[in-house]
Amino acid sequence: MPDLGTYAAEVTLAYAVSLGLIAALILWSWARARRVKRELAALETRTTRG
Amino acid sequence: MASLWEYANPVKFMRLSGWLMPVSAWLAAGLIVTGLVWGFFFTEADYRQGATVKIIFLHVPSALMAINAWAMMLIASLIWLVRRHHVSALAAKAAGPIGATMTLIALITGAIWGQPMWGTWWEWDPRLTSFLILFLFYLGYIALWSAIEDADTAADLTAILCLVGSVFAALSRYAALFWNQGLHQGASLSVAPGTRMDWAYKAPLYLCMAGFALLFLALVLAGTRTEIRARRARALLTRERARA
Repeated sequence: MPDLGTYAAEVTLAYAVSLGLIAALILWSWARARRVKRELAALETRTTRG
Repeated sequence: MASLWEYANPVKFMRLSGWLMPVSAWLAAGLIVTGLVWGFFFTEADYRQGATVKIIFLHVPSALMAINAWAMMLIASLIWLVRRHHVSALAAKAAGPIGATMTLIALITGAIWGQPMWGTWWEWDPRLTSFLILFLFYLGYIALWSAIEDADTAADLTAILCLVGSVFAALSRYAALFWNQGLHQGASLSVAPGTRMDWAYKAPLYLCMAGFALLFLALVLAGTRTEIRARRARALLTRERARA
């Protein structure tokens, strides 16, 4: 770890919050993409059968 | 050379984004990890700001993308209003949550930096205030998309909201120049002679900025692909209900 001096809490908090928000955005985007893809595949299978 | 308008065709867009999205995602990951590791572990503390200078590697790229995301939404909205290309409306919709997250990161990291440097978490400074309003516009934009059932009406109304919000996006960018009484300093990076930042900070910052731009591109492409699929699913469902 680098020596962050008296501002260790601030710097660590800024990195933790930012990386957490970016990770949440990526996960949300990935999960939604998977769900929609699965739903569309199911619908397409159903409509081609019907 | 193929016209840019060809990619307004969802099939062609899906083909292009199918390879462009993972390439930009991996490039973004490489640039962000390199830039942040370099900035966090291998830059010295500033003589005035101490270690808080390391927050710049998150704050500046996220603030940049907060404004540029809105600019991209504005262009996409104008294309929708003028040429009625559905892919452009869906791309604008996909950019909303990404821009909102970037604005939130810029606001939070700014507050965390401001507390020890300015002695306050928040000040009703022109740039800070216009950024907060920009964040509220993002929330309103996302809410408006979800509130309207008909996709074309939603695209029309959100495009108009985007045009109005562009005033605040421009203010967020130039507020520090318009008003001199604010706490927020001018641009961190400038091409003007006598720029203040040393290359020891500039190099990792440029990597992070490029990484955030590519991350935005990857997430917009992924989001637009999802929106295209969701629209097709809705169309199939409507057709199925009509038959029943």
